[in-house]
Amino acid sequence: MAVTSRLLAATLGGYALSVVAGVVAGYGLSVARPDAVLVGMMFSFVVYTGAFLWAFSTRSATRAWLGLMLPTLLLAGPAWWITQGGFA
Amino acid sequence: MKDGFRQSMAWLHTWTGLVLGWLLYFIFVTGTLGYLDTEIDRWMQPELPPAADNMTPTRAVTLGHDWLQANVASAKEWNILVPSDRNIPQLRLYWRDTDNERDSVNLDAAGEPVAARDTGGGQRLYRMHWQLHYLPGWFTGWLISIATFVMFVAMVTGVITHKKIFKDFFTFRPYKGQRSWLDAHNALSVLSLPFQLMITYSGLVFMMFLCMPLLISAFYGGGEAAEESFFDEVFLEEPEVTPSGEPAALVDLAPLIAQAEARWGAGRISHVGIKQPGDANARVHVNGLYSAGPLRTSPGMTFDGVTGELLHERAASGTVARNTRDVFLGLHEGMFAGPLLRFFYLLSSVMGTAMIATGLILWTVKRRQKLDSKGEGAALGVALVERLNVGTVVGLNIAVAVYFLANRLIPADFEGRADWEVHAMFLAWAAMLIHAGLRSPAQGWREQCVIAAVAFCAVPVVNALTTERHLVHSLAMGDWVFAGFDLAMIATGLTAAAVAFYLRGKPAEQPAGSRRAANRRRDASVSARP
Repeated sequence: MAVTSRLLAATLGGYALSVVAGVVAGYGLSVARPDAVLVGMMFSFVVYTGAFLWAFSTRSATRAWLGLMLPTLLLAGPAWWITQGGFA
Repeated sequence: MKDGFRQSMAWLHTWTGLVLGWLLYFIFVTGTLGYLDTEIDRWMQPELPPAADNMTPTRAVTLGHDWLQANVASAKEWNILVPSDRNIPQLRLYWRDTDNERDSVNLDAAGEPVAARDTGGGQRLYRMHWQLHYLPGWFTGWLISIATFVMFVAMVTGVITHKKIFKDFFTFRPYKGQRSWLDAHNALSVLSLPFQLMITYSGLVFMMFLCMPLLISAFYGGGEAAEESFFDEVFLEEPEVTPSGEPAALVDLAPLIAQAEARWGAGRISHVGIKQPGDANARVHVNGLYSAGPLRTSPGMTFDGVTGELLHERAASGTVARNTRDVFLGLHEGMFAGPLLRFFYLLSSVMGTAMIATGLILWTVKRRQKLDSKGEGAALGVALVERLNVGTVVGLNIAVAVYFLANRLIPADFEGRADWEVHAMFLAWAAMLIHAGLRSPAQGWREQCVIAAVAFCAVPVVNALTTERHLVHSLAMGDWVFAGFDLAMIATGLTAAAVAFYLRGKPAEQPAGSRRAANRRRDASVSARP
């Protein structure tokens, strides 16, 4: 049961975190819109991998979820702002 | 989740590696063969003349244009592949007719079409590396993305698991069962680690437009139109030109080729595409070499197809982000690699294949020893993995040999013969999986090694019986593609025979392990070589 929860945290939670982190990193590291997408994508895989390792290394499944959801929520604000015309 | 970070990572390594191990093995075998794709193409169409890559682009384009004009003047689009290097060995034309159907032909040095057997060739084998077979495209795309990511996680956790990564370089303890398998797995992985990390991460980069679509939406908005505008901006696509309906003669192509060669260097042209030939809105696209270096892109020029005016020029090099992506893709495919570097590409990917095989075997050997020491019989899971290992690690390679045999044995006029080459391959694999299921693992390893030995050694024999281009002929002609192919088949077959001989007379209940470590490792690696 705990393994299933961790697996869901890693796959779904990790994916959500890698997307918002990719958006923020892409925006922060690029001067043009097409580059932001490429940089964001290439960066997101690193975050996703880190999230996967995190989800299976914490002491409990709850901590795995918390450790992924907190940064996701923190980055969701800036990411939302960027989607509303960061490069406009 | 386990006690300690390293233990958790070892657990994750074990299970990510196991769950998709056989799929990853398939990806690595077909990917390894992909480094020899055009060589396999050439062997699979023995009717074609040897490579024509000493033909000048002007000559190739003139021959190509004359044939297209005479035979498919009404096509929507013409394409001429210029024989420029290893990647494009023959003058090849392909076109789309008014119904958007694609067709192609090869021309010889005199511009005459060469009839060759219909085959998927090395290209179809290579495309299985990321398209698999029999499965819908969207499903395959996601499956490959997930498998690649799982591979990456397995690589990173594998590195973390190792306490003594440097010492593993020099450690091999043969004839010690589980420990030998572990040493083999470690040595293979550590020695080729930079390659494996590069190949897996760049594999993700190949899949990123598919598996990270939300990042496009984030910057461009949702929907197909937004996605289109992203691709147009990244790849500097020019707007599509629609036919005017007014006929107009196509411009003489030779001066356009000369203009491109003056820009990029003599002979450095790989492809000429002509959109709506014979229309007043015709366009001529001239592309440079894709394989000039690790940057997987080519410079391009677009000309007006009636006046010959240069409308647009595209540099090979783009922004830093774009170049980063293109270098990852270029390193992955290795199209730029000459013979020596290509050899190291092969060696590294064979080691990657063997890394997966030893990992899968290690999983069973570990559990089998535990079960045996407790005096218990085979647990269902272990028994299943043992048999899937036999049927895939050896069986898939037998299937590849059958693919080559089918190319020679299916009659040239047989309806759908190219598809049946592939069916033969997968039928052979299915047969090997069934065989592995019916036999004990020890019998399975031994018998499939015998089958592999026969199948691989049969390839040059069947080639000699069905074509004029047998091994002696190839050696006498200095045709190293054909001779190399036949010799590689013989070497693979002999290695399988040696392993089978080594495994003879072992007690049937003993698991594949211990004294066979070194040989099995060699078998797994050699049999991945075409």
